[in-house]
Parts: sequence; structure tokens; C-alpha cells
Amino acid sequence: MDWISIGTLSDIPRRGARCVATPQGKIAVFRTADDQVFAIDDHCPHKGGPLSQGIVHGAAVTCPLHNWVISLETGKALDADEGAVRTIPVKLEGERLFIALEALAGRAA
Amino acid sequence: MTKKLVIIGNGMAPGRMLEHLLEKAPGRYAVTIFNAEPRVNYDRIMLSPVLSGEKDYEEIIIHGDGWYIKHGITLYKGHRIVAIDRTAKTVTSDHGVTEPYDKLVIATGSVPFIIPVPGHNLPGVLTYRDLDDVRAMMLAAQSRAKAVVIGGGLLGLEAAAGLNAQGMDVTVLHVMPTLMERQLDPAAGYLLQRAVEERGIKVITKANTQAISGNGKVEQVELAEGTIIPATLVVMAVGIRPNAALAKDAGIAVNRGIVVDAGMRSNDPDIYALGECAEVNGMVYGLVAPLYEMARVTASQLAGDETAAFVHSDTPTKLKVTGIELFSLGDFADGDDRQEIVLRDASAGVYKRLVLKDDRIIGTVLYGETADGAWFNDLKKKQTDISQMRDTLIFGQSYQGGAPLDPMAAVAALPDDAEICGCNGVCKSKITSTITAKGLSSLDDVRAHTKASASCGSCTGLVEKLMVLTLGDTYNPAAVQPMCSCTALGHDEVRRLIKAKGLKTIPAVMQELEWKTSCGCAKCRPALNYYLVCDWPNEYADDYQSRFINERVHANIQKDGTYSVVPRMWGGVTNAAELRAIADVVDKFEIPMVKVTGGQRIDMLGIRKEDLPAVWADLGQAGFVSGHAYAKGLRTVKTCVGSDWCRFGTQDSTGFGVRIEKFMWGSWTPAKVKMAVSGCPRNCAEATCKDVGVICVDSGYEIHFAGAAGLDIKGTEVLGLVRTEDEALEHIVALTQMYREQARYLERIYKWAKRVGIPEIKRQIMDDAEKRKAFYERFVFSQKLAQVDPWSERVSGKDKHEFRPMASVGFAQAAE
Repeated sequence: MDWISIGTLSDIPRRGARCVATPQGKIAVFRTADDQVFAIDDHCPHKGGPLSQGIVHGAAVTCPLHNWVISLETGKALDADEGAVRTIPVKLEGERLFIALEALAGRAA
Repeated sequence: MTKKLVIIGNGMAPGRMLEHLLEKAPGRYAVTIFNAEPRVNYDRIMLSPVLSGEKDYEEIIIHGDGWYIKHGITLYKGHRIVAIDRTAKTVTSDHGVTEPYDKLVIATGSVPFIIPVPGHNLPGVLTYRDLDDVRAMMLAAQSRAKAVVIGGGLLGLEAAAGLNAQGMDVTVLHVMPTLMERQLDPAAGYLLQRAVEERGIKVITKANTQAISGNGKVEQVELAEGTIIPATLVVMAVGIRPNAALAKDAGIAVNRGIVVDAGMRSNDPDIYALGECAEVNGMVYGLVAPLYEMARVTASQLAGDETAAFVHSDTPTKLKVTGIELFSLGDFADGDDRQEIVLRDASAGVYKRLVLKDDRIIGTVLYGETADGAWFNDLKKKQTDISQMRDTLIFGQSYQGGAPLDPMAAVAALPDDAEICGCNGVCKSKITSTITAKGLSSLDDVRAHTKASASCGSCTGLVEKLMVLTLGDTYNPAAVQPMCSCTALGHDEVRRLIKAKGLKTIPAVMQELEWKTSCGCAKCRPALNYYLVCDWPNEYADDYQSRFINERVHANIQKDGTYSVVPRMWGGVTNAAELRAIADVVDKFEIPMVKVTGGQRIDMLGIRKEDLPAVWADLGQAGFVSGHAYAKGLRTVKTCVGSDWCRFGTQDSTGFGVRIEKFMWGSWTPAKVKMAVSGCPRNCAEATCKDVGVICVDSGYEIHFAGAAGLDIKGTEVLGLVRTEDEALEHIVALTQMYREQARYLERIYKWAKRVGIPEIKRQIMDDAEKRKAFYERFVFSQKLAQVDPWSERVSGKDKHEFRPMASVGFAQAAE
């Protein structure tokens, strides 16, 4: 699997997110209060809201458009809602963050 | 034949290794040790008690001179090895001693990390590593002057406590938002900070050290945001890194530390490394337990057991500061395949959190009461299935087995003279007899009559149980709607407790009010952020991560993820230059939709987030500021043209509307606030369905409030008539402040007014001049800090990260 560098942990505020632009659309990269990092498509399974703009709590994000709560670990909608968004492998090496290129290539094909 | 074993370094790890080796293979090696420090092996972990004066150096010696003599070990004190010759198999010290080896053990430990800020090498800047550092600190402490400790981790806090015990005035600077963030979650970090501060140590978090300066010696520390802290001693305790330079110079494989296999052997088969300088399986270690494990493995290998292998295990962390009980172990990150059990007892200063996965403990944070740490550690190590004892697990080992006491029965069993409310000294019989005698049926009544639970509120649960016991099923404690599933408390109780307990941060609220989740949810966080902004305007640091996106980026998100932008048009008045500037912006940024709003201004829709700062920059050039069309705050003040133009106008309604808007813009409120001023009772500005409206009449200004024209339609109530514009402004501002201080988050004025009653609001604003003035003053004070145009701030670079992607990837491949 190819890992692409996307920046450093400190680029993302705690309990916040940043976007990575790709030819297939934006990926939202989240940093939780305890410095866990997750990456998912920036596209709510409900109506496509930009999840990167939501409020991050625990390991979940609340979509800014209609308050769906999405698990950052599984990409699945929590509570009573049903739906899922793609998760992207992400890793932290020291301060540097990487996402998996293979997943991107796979989607382009 | 006896082989020659040479050890570089004489810390705790090689000391322990020698003990094992002497036991397993006595006489196998002739041992020579080179110690850069001019002394024997001592217990480095106990340096903190030495610094605080609780112990002497002699008490922390592990191996005295006699031990080396007894075992025939040659110890070179104060000899630093400067070269390893792997071909000749010799080491050479800085004093010129060359010693041959058959086997070499490198145990050079670690070196403290020095932040390379200007002034880091001034006299008076120390690290916290060895006895020399401690002695230098103790010497400096005799001056009883000011010290700064950079680093709020384990070492930094121990150094701070030690210097504090020595009589110094200590400030701890920590770059992260909470102390010891590697070992503690934010809640425990908050408790720790409070305990440290109670000892008289100042703590500044999110502190970026910019420079250390002084004339020939340390005099002050400067922070990035400009704060200057005077200090004659600066201790850097920001971390350590493996001391692997010697090994690297000798051509031994070095990554972060000296790379060794599970048998602690480097890529040179005759050279081992252990302790903080060693890197095994990609990990380096700083706590003593894994270092001792390395010592055991190295000794076994040297004794001929080649199967001995180092295995990673999580090590509990404890802070050695007298009076602070703290224990942390394993992985305590959130995750939705994980569950947590949290116990908070704010008054006792106890916080316990267990993180479970598949019915097994994977992480533990204990604060205030750590007696069960060993037991939890044991359960984690053995991967014990805890499902059978889950309900009582958090209470610890002594609560396992035996039926848990029914909480209601426990309250019923309390003696009559048991104290229920510690703040007000109210006992059980006082509460139950008052309920019966006065026929009380609500918690507020009980608070009013007995004062029980009326101060800190932590006994509310007990008082409610007493009410159930006394009144039976007629009392329903669940009548209070909780803020969200993170707490049992309602909005009103939370607001009251924030003031009563002086809570000034979101972690403080969550800790003191015993939140059930570690960092809240999208319902409670924005509410708490508003309450703290409102109640502590000059002390609370607005938490943008707890604001909805619109308030975070100061624009309105649309269904397609683009944003709309509405600049302020004071009182709905504009001119050619402003309209021209808007037209230019629309052209330049190809804004697809321009719309006149119901609030008498212009909305530009469909702007890409990345373009927002540039749009604002252009609008700012034309004099526009944010219209806060996205805010729970003051939106618009609609006006009619009033006495300047209209033949029916009685007052300058336009001018007054502009004045109100200029006075009140920028204020945050529980929900949006829309206003209007009409110049006569014909009411062209539609003031009688607004949150606050004014109808001008010949005799003055009729103030209206609590209207609605949205989900509900409701005409306004009349607050009262005042004679002058100044009086009208004071009344409107006071009313708004009363609403700001009392309403629940997202509660519009008409709903708040219905709840507290129109007569009560009239009494406080119209009749009680003193109260009105006080409300007015508090609003004016908070405005001093609130009236900053968020757009121009962002044009100048604030929150840049919000407006652009952190990276673009994959585009090159796509272009091929």
C-alpha cells in the first residue's frame, strides 16, 4: 500500500478536521480530543453534507446540515440513522500524517 | 576463561542487569563500568523527593562503593566514553583510559530535549536529568525567587512541585491544552491542574515559549503571544531523546535509539544496548518497568540463554508529587467499539475512567483514588472478562461479590441527623419534615425553604431521593429535561452551577457537573460554550471547536456545502459605493445568486469556502463588516425612513435603528435576535413580530418584545413607554442582557418570556432602575470584548486552516 504524506498532526485542530483534495473529491481528516486521527469521505451518507465542517465529539462527527452522527472509525451512521461513508486508511508517523494511495487509485479505476 | 564485559553508563538499567548477571552467571565476566557521572548507581526516579527535600542523596543510592568492591567490578567515575573501536574491540574514555572488551553493553540513557529558543544557553537554564541538575536547582531555590518550568509532563510537574516545596514561586508552561496529555485524558488533566494550582504553582497551558532573555543570566521568559514571566531559574523538562550518538559514531545501527533485537543485541553481535538509549521493535522507553525487563533479558543473554526476549507491556504511570494520586495505564482513547465507565465525584476530587473493549479493560485513568490501580492493571494484563462484575467494576475490588446496595434503600437507611447538604449544613430530618410541614412538591420549593442543594447542587440526587421517599410516586424527579444524554442536569441547573461554582472552561463544567461522556456532544458543547462566553466575557477563551460551522467560519453553510455572505447594512441603509462594491465582488467571484433578505440587506449565495477570506477582503475595502447572519447573536435592525422623510414619522426611526445596531452588534445571544424600529404606529418596519421592536410615537418610544414570525406566529408584548432615545436604548440593552443571562441555549426571546413570565421581566427592566442599570453595564462590559469584526480578523489570517485544504493529492496521476 502506498502512503501519501498529507501534512502533520498539528495542521488539524483538536476536535476538528481538515480536508484533503483529491481528483475523486474531498477527504475529511479528523483529529479527536485525544489525538486519534481518522479519514473518511467528506460526504454525509444522508444528503452529502461536508462532514469535515461538523462538530467532533468522542470518535464521531455531527454533520452540519442535518445533525446525522457518523462514526469516524467505521464511517457508519450512529443512533437511528442508517448509511455509511467510506473510510480511508490513515497513519501517523511521529508528527507526519499519511493516507493510503491505493484506496484512491482503486476508486479512480 | 573469564571474558571481559564493559558497560558504558551506570544508571538503573545496567545496575539491575548486573544484579541479574551476578546471580545467573557469577564469575563469567570481568566487569568494567564507565560512568560519565562522578558517582555510583542511584535511583533516578527518586530525584523528585530529593529536590522537594523529602529525601537525601544517600537514601537513594542503589549500589554503594562497597558493592562494586565486593563483586570485583571496576567502576570509572566521571569517565565519559568518547570512542568505540569495533575492530580492535576497545572503548576509550575522555580521560584517556582504553579498555578492551569481549562483550560491550551500551547504556548511555537519554539526553533532555532543549527547546532551541533564543537564550536557551543562558546561565540559569537547567534540565532535570541527574543529581547535578537537582543540586543546581536546590542552590537556585535558596534565593526564594521565581522559577519557570517549561513542560507540564511527569518530569516538569515533579520539578515544579519540588521547587515549590523549596520555597520558589513557580510557573509551569505547557504547550498543550491540558497537563500530562500523553497519560491523562482532558478531564483528569483538568483535575491535576487544579490540584497543582492549589499548591500555589501557576500553570499556563497552550504556552509557546518564544525566548528566554536576560543580561548575562536568565531574567525572564517570553511567550509567543507576548506574556513576559520574570524568572531567575528556568527548568526545561519537555522530554528526552535516546542518547545514541556514541553508538552512531561507531557505525552501529541507530534509528531513534540504538536498534536492538528482542535479545537486546545490536547489529554488532558483541554489542548490546539497554535502557532509554535502546530501541526495540520500533519503541523506545522511559519508564523503569520496561527498562528493568530489558535488564533481565540482557543479563540472560549474556549468561548464555539466547531464548530470552523482550516483550512489550503497558506500564502504569504515576506522578510522584506528595498528595496527588494519579494512575494511568494503557489505551484510553474513545472509539465506538469501546465503552467507557466513568465515575466522577467532584467534591472528593475523584475521577475514574475505565475503557473497555469486548468486555475487557484496555485502559484506565484514576485520579484522586488509585488504590485499585494494581487490580485494574491485573485484570487488563490477564484480559479478564469483566461482564459479570461490570455494574460494580469501577468501585474497585472490595465491591465485588455481595449484592450492591439499592441506592433508595441506602438513603432510607440514613439516620435523621445525616448531613445531606454540606454547603448549607442541612440534615435529612430537616428536609423531610419541611416537605411534610409545608406541603412542598418541587425541588425548587425544597431549595427555597431548606437551602438544601441550593449552592453547589452536588447533593441534588440525594435531595430528590428524599423527596421520593417522603412524597411517594407523586414526585417525579425526571421532570427536568436534561440538556442532552451527556448529563442529567437541565439547562437552568447548568447555568446556575456555572455561576455558583465559578466554572470557566468546558472541561471544568464537565468535570464538576459529572458529565457522563468525556467530551460532550454536538448538543451540549455549543450550549456550554455560549453560557461561558456570556457569563465570563473577559476570562473565557471561546472554544471554536464547540461552535457550529456557521459561527466557526462566519458565513452560512448551504445545502451544497458552499456558503452565503451577508454584510451588515446598518438599519437597512446603503449607498451607491456599497452597492457598487457588492456588484464588483459578485462579478469577481462569479457569485451565482444575489438576494435581498427579509432583514433589509443583501445576501450573496454560492461562495466557495476557499474564497471566503478574499470576498471579505474586498467587502472590507468598501467598509463592510460581518452581518452575523449566521450567528446566535444580533442579526438585523429593520427600520422605516421615519421623521426624516415620511410625512407620518414621529421620530428618527432610521437613525435610532442604526444606533441600536452599532451599539449591539457582535453580541452573542442564546438564539438569534432580530429587531426593528418603526417611525409611527403604521409600523412599516414590522416591529410587532420581532424579538425586540420599537414603535415611535409623539410622546416617545414604545418598546415591544417577545414577538415571533417563524415556526410560531405571535405579536409582541409591550414592555413599556419611555420618553427619550437614550432611555429606549438602555431599556432594550438591559432586556437583551437579562435574556442573555437567563435563557436556555437556542431559546428565542418569546419562549424565554413565556417561561419566566412577562410581569417579572417588566418588573426587572421597567420598575427596578438599579437592576436595569446593572444589566446594562454588564452588556456594555461584554461588548468591549465582543465588537471585533470577525471578517477582518480572518482576512488578516486568523483561523487560516478553516479555509483551505491541508493537502491536495493524486492530481498528477490523474493528469497523465
